Amino acid sequence: MSVVLELKDVDVFYGDFQALFKVSFEVEEGMTFAFIGANGGGKSTLLRTIAGLQRPRSGHVLFHGEPVDQFSAHKRVGMGIALVPEGRRVFPSLTVRENLIIGAYGGRKGDWNVESVVELFPLLRPLMKRQASSLSGGEQQALAIGRALMSNPELLLLDEVSLGLAPVVIKRIYEAMVLLVGSGHTILVVEQDVQHVLTVADYVACFLEGKISLEGKPGDLSSEAITAAYFGM
Amino acid sequence: MIWANVAIQGMLLGGLYALFATGLALVFGVMRMVNLAHGDLGILAAFVALFIIQSFGLPLLWASIVTIIIMFLVGYVLQRGLLNRTLGVDDTRPIVVTFGLSIIIQNALIMKFSADSQGLDAGKIENISVKITNQLSIGWFPLIVFVIAIAVIAALQFFLARAKLGRAFRATSDDREAAELMGINNKHIYSLAMAIALAIVAVAGILLAIRTTFDPTQGSFRLIYAFEAVIMGGMGSMWGTLLGGIVLGMSQTIGTQAFGAGWGLVVGHLVFLTVLAVRPSGFFAKTVTA
Repeated sequence: MSVVLELKDVDVFYGDFQALFKVSFEVEEGMTFAFIGANGGGKSTLLRTIAGLQRPRSGHVLFHGEPVDQFSAHKRVGMGIALVPEGRRVFPSLTVRENLIIGAYGGRKGDWNVESVVELFPLLRPLMKRQASSLSGGEQQALAIGRALMSNPELLLLDEVSLGLAPVVIKRIYEAMVLLVGSGHTILVVEQDVQHVLTVADYVACFLEGKISLEGKPGDLSSEAITAAYFGM
Repeated sequence: MIWANVAIQGMLLGGLYALFATGLALVFGVMRMVNLAHGDLGILAAFVALFIIQSFGLPLLWASIVTIIIMFLVGYVLQRGLLNRTLGVDDTRPIVVTFGLSIIIQNALIMKFSADSQGLDAGKIENISVKITNQLSIGWFPLIVFVIAIAVIAALQFFLARAKLGRAFRATSDDREAAELMGINNKHIYSLAMAIALAIVAVAGILLAIRTTFDPTQGSFRLIYAFEAVIMGGMGSMWGTLLGGIVLGMSQTIGTQAFGAGWGLVVGHLVFLTVLAVRPSGFFAKTVTA
């Protein structure tokens, strides 16, 4: 298995506040890599840094072995890195169809198009002409994931995709995630909700105050160890 | 019948106001930036056309086309090189910078062309009119200006609604960072928006220069009328801006007819203030473009 993504000693700051401390890890192709941890642990910052919205002060982000630090977010999409941001962030004044079409703006070739996204999330089919602002939270989340898939990513970054959604919707989204991994995508998922994510993840890292406090395969980690790492006890 | 005549003149004048205001509305819609040099850039375009005609002897139509292209490029470079750097910190930065730009343009024009009034000559089209009845006749030129205004606004609206790039404009307006995640370079989008805005205000500046005389200080007045048209129409709505321009133009001509010369502008401002008091969000209130 080749390494898709590698972080080497990444430090990220917001002004004087340091959000990530010397974070290093590797993600192999076709893997589902999960980051768990409490609020403010640096999980979202990590995904934003990989997507290019945040720049490390020191350290490097490598994609297929090449540093991508000099590329801004809009260029990284074209390289195959797509982020589904926290809070969904669909374009409220655009229709559902327009939201999906704009996901393909970068023009990367691949299997994803409006039709295949709708097959993955059939709930979007009757909503295509609706303004995205009129959708429910779960519908918006499906749209946000579909929109990211439209860019035909190799590496999909999912930030808190289950937050605030009904259990039945969360179940559907996690089923979709399993399908995505089956079709060759590499996924990085950030969650506060540990239970769901452990069912799909190949590897888990727990974030606490900007550092990885525990990592390993879900089967090798006891729930006591996870709880301790999660809350820093 | 005299009143119908006055109302129609006002409506046609409103087309020109709307044309001046369209770029202002587009720039505000896409990047939430207030460009205080917008009026001066329109007047600058009129002087560029004048300069091309005087220096190279080009006919007015060709000089206008060259001017529009120049202003498009000026808009792109101005946004990419300067104004993009003022965005995103706080709202006052672009206001201060464009205010300074306005002063620079006015004074540079005075140094180069003096403060004298100038005009662009379009030949006999300026004076011929079509007679509807004995008391009612419409000048061809104001009518052409009005048709151009509608055509430009319709084209812009179509671009925003249907074109791939227009969709990117709207997405960037909705959420700059999320648009970036779609592969949209917002610096490029903002620069294109300014380029289109200045190409449109170049059309407006040249038409104004043909319709009446112009001098380097005119830009400030044009900016005020443009603001009034945009705000009355509702921020971010292009057709609203057209309606706002028409309401302003009609208020001015009817005011002049009713109370005498000089009162037209006062009535125009009063109607604007009334609309602002009664319907602060404008006729077609929208928080986003298109």
